[in-house]
Amino acid sequence: MSTPHIPCLRLGKPYVSLSQSSVNDYRDGSEKATLSQVNAGVIRRDILRLNDAKAALNKISTNQLIEISAKAGEFFLKADLPVGIDGTTHSPEEYISTLSSTSGLPHVMVRRNMDKIHYALSNLKLILNGLTRGLDLSVLDNGFGEQAGSPVCFFPTTDALGLVMPSNSPAVNSLWLPSIALKVPIMMKPGRDEPWTPYRLIQAFIAAGCPEEAFGFYPTDHEGAGDILRLCGRALIFGDKSTTDIYAGDPGVQVHGPGFSKILIGEDEIDNWPDYVDLMASSIADNGGRSCVNASAVVVPRFGREIADALGKKLGAIFPTSSDDPDAVLSGFANPKMGEWIDSAIEADLQRDGAEDYTAKYREGKRLVQNENGTFLKPSVVYCESFDHPLSNREFLCPYASVVEAPQKDMLRLIGPTLVLTAISNDSSFRKDLLAAPNVERLNLGPISTMKISWDQPHEGNMFEFLYKRRSIGMAA
Amino acid sequence: MILEEKVKQAAEALDAHAVEMVKWHFSPETGCKFWLEWADKQDWNPLEEIKSFSDISNKFPNFQDEWLRDLPNDVWAPKAYAGRPFNIFETGGTTGMPKQRIGWDDYKIDYTAFSKTLSDEHFPKDHYWMMVGPTGPRRLRLAIEHLANERGCSCYFVDLDPRWVKRLIASKQFDQARAYMDHAIDQALTILKHRSVSALFTTPKLLEAMAERKDLVKAGIKGVFCGGTTMDKQYTRFLCEEVCEGGKIGFVPTYGNTLMGLARHRPFGPENDYSITYHAPQPRAVLRVVNADTNTPVAYNDWGRVELTTLTKEFFMPRFLERDEAIRREPWEEAPWDGVAEVRPFGAMQKTIVEGVY
Repeated sequence: MSTPHIPCLRLGKPYVSLSQSSVNDYRDGSEKATLSQVNAGVIRRDILRLNDAKAALNKISTNQLIEISAKAGEFFLKADLPVGIDGTTHSPEEYISTLSSTSGLPHVMVRRNMDKIHYALSNLKLILNGLTRGLDLSVLDNGFGEQAGSPVCFFPTTDALGLVMPSNSPAVNSLWLPSIALKVPIMMKPGRDEPWTPYRLIQAFIAAGCPEEAFGFYPTDHEGAGDILRLCGRALIFGDKSTTDIYAGDPGVQVHGPGFSKILIGEDEIDNWPDYVDLMASSIADNGGRSCVNASAVVVPRFGREIADALGKKLGAIFPTSSDDPDAVLSGFANPKMGEWIDSAIEADLQRDGAEDYTAKYREGKRLVQNENGTFLKPSVVYCESFDHPLSNREFLCPYASVVEAPQKDMLRLIGPTLVLTAISNDSSFRKDLLAAPNVERLNLGPISTMKISWDQPHEGNMFEFLYKRRSIGMAA
Repeated sequence: MILEEKVKQAAEALDAHAVEMVKWHFSPETGCKFWLEWADKQDWNPLEEIKSFSDISNKFPNFQDEWLRDLPNDVWAPKAYAGRPFNIFETGGTTGMPKQRIGWDDYKIDYTAFSKTLSDEHFPKDHYWMMVGPTGPRRLRLAIEHLANERGCSCYFVDLDPRWVKRLIASKQFDQARAYMDHAIDQALTILKHRSVSALFTTPKLLEAMAERKDLVKAGIKGVFCGGTTMDKQYTRFLCEEVCEGGKIGFVPTYGNTLMGLARHRPFGPENDYSITYHAPQPRAVLRVVNADTNTPVAYNDWGRVELTTLTKEFFMPRFLERDEAIRREPWEEAPWDGVAEVRPFGAMQKTIVEGVY
């Protein structure tokens, strides 16, 4: 099979650029696809034509778009779909192996990510019900209607949802999926190493009957990404803290960066800590430890060293395997330098007093593994004496967590911004404090993995509230 | 005449011109203080030993542009121009003392010659032009006005100070840079609204920004004369196909600067993937694409550093290494000497270069 060329999609129309990049196998550098790279001017000109894209979606009712989304979910999971301009297609298995070869994600994790996306597309009605708090979706078709006996009127806040996507987690594509049913076209810059999932999703939508005009797919440079964020009115960006900090105060840009998700055990449950070791380990290491909902700290009033040791014993034995191993737990790094940097950053901070790597003694060899299967980081569980230590509240693109001791009364103050907090405590007073904590986005009360999220309760931004605004309306009888 | 013959004739003309210019600049009766003093310090005599252009390439060291910043302007004035006040033109610079080149008539000679390469269809005579871009102390400002006048046209000007834009971008004040560019575009669109203009001289980015806010074809623009920043193949295609609406507006890319004058382009389009090749106004200026370490031209179709030699009676500048790299291209019928293609900042593939929004 020849190397496919993935074009830019200019509001659905394939456009082959004279500037092209390669998407390569992270292990041997072999070329898996070429990708059309467009200059920012192309994007700016297409943004001026968004009315046509929006009009195409407006011709279809929300309920029909929900049905189209469900069908797209089936195609995404099961169908052979175009991957380039020359008629090349990818079967689901080809998609899985190709994405794995350029992202470092093992096949088993790609499959899980596929299932998540399929679930989101198949259950869009449920998701929109949650996002809109039960709004009759015909209100979006008509612009007005009633909810709980009161008149309501909603208008879109933008002509398009801008997306600057990452390369490290295909499931994050599920975040933009409701946009189509909400009749808002997308303008996307895909991740450099991961054009596969968004392109496949777009092809699935088009095959399911969605107007192609709804999809802008623009591999581009920093200027192009900046213009998507600046000109779309509403946009999502994914990145590390240095990237997301730039847009932190911009109400038009929803920032998806590190989650600093945590598990916390209260005074009343700490003696039962051995019961929760499996939960803690899976929260730290599932999905390769790369998600913002992976736990990056375990906060306890005591037994910190014992818990760190138990986690170290459980996670320390994990080692990298081949990408098609059905039991693979670790992801390879598409960019080996990233793995090397993380390893050196952890090692450097371990030199400071007040921290100890409890995985080290259970680990065979070093944390950083570089072999024919790629570059990997084995898990790390670091006991920290307090939140003053730099490793106490860090997030890395690998299975990493600190275990920190802190008095229960100080925990909520010390943990800082937390995307998902699993709090294990039956203390009603403490639970009240947890429910009132403004620094927690999603709260799991009880032994629930931080990885478990609810599609109808967004843990990070409500897409409906982002894309629509309510206004007061009066109508003459 | 076959191309081979034309190439030979052009090379002979260049050799003769090179010898004549060296005689001019290194003779006490006509030369300038800088080169006369420089020659005194050498163990060879340019008047005797320069017999061809290749002798200049082989015997002179690279021209140091710091000389244009650190030395007083009058050291560059050839004796033959004594008593005639000169224009002072500046190049580059963001802070501190800028580099300066003096001149009298060169810009007029260069741009009169360039005018002959423009078509009347896209650059109609006896009408109005507008320049949107760096004016101020740059040679370009007078040169463009002269070019317009040469074609019977008058020219409006909207200034944009690239030094300020570079400072804004270097200090990550992107909003301010954008606001400044919008300010320039506002002024340009106001002129277009109230005056009849058929030709534009501007930079690619400013052209794009104008076209995003106004239909330039409907506004009466017939030709665009563009230079100043990198235009790779995709960007050139975009400018031709979309901004200039597939030929409704004539698109004339140029490569030039205060030290050289203006290089013209040879035909480009879908047939060569919009790869732009420029040819210097030889023999007044010569562009080579070289391996800077060995001072040898790279092979045709290979990348190398752009080296400029300027050979006019007003200014002699041997072997100045531009901050650009390019592909060396073979001679062309209408300019039978080497061309430089796909010019981009030197090291552009290795590092991010701040070229600005202008």
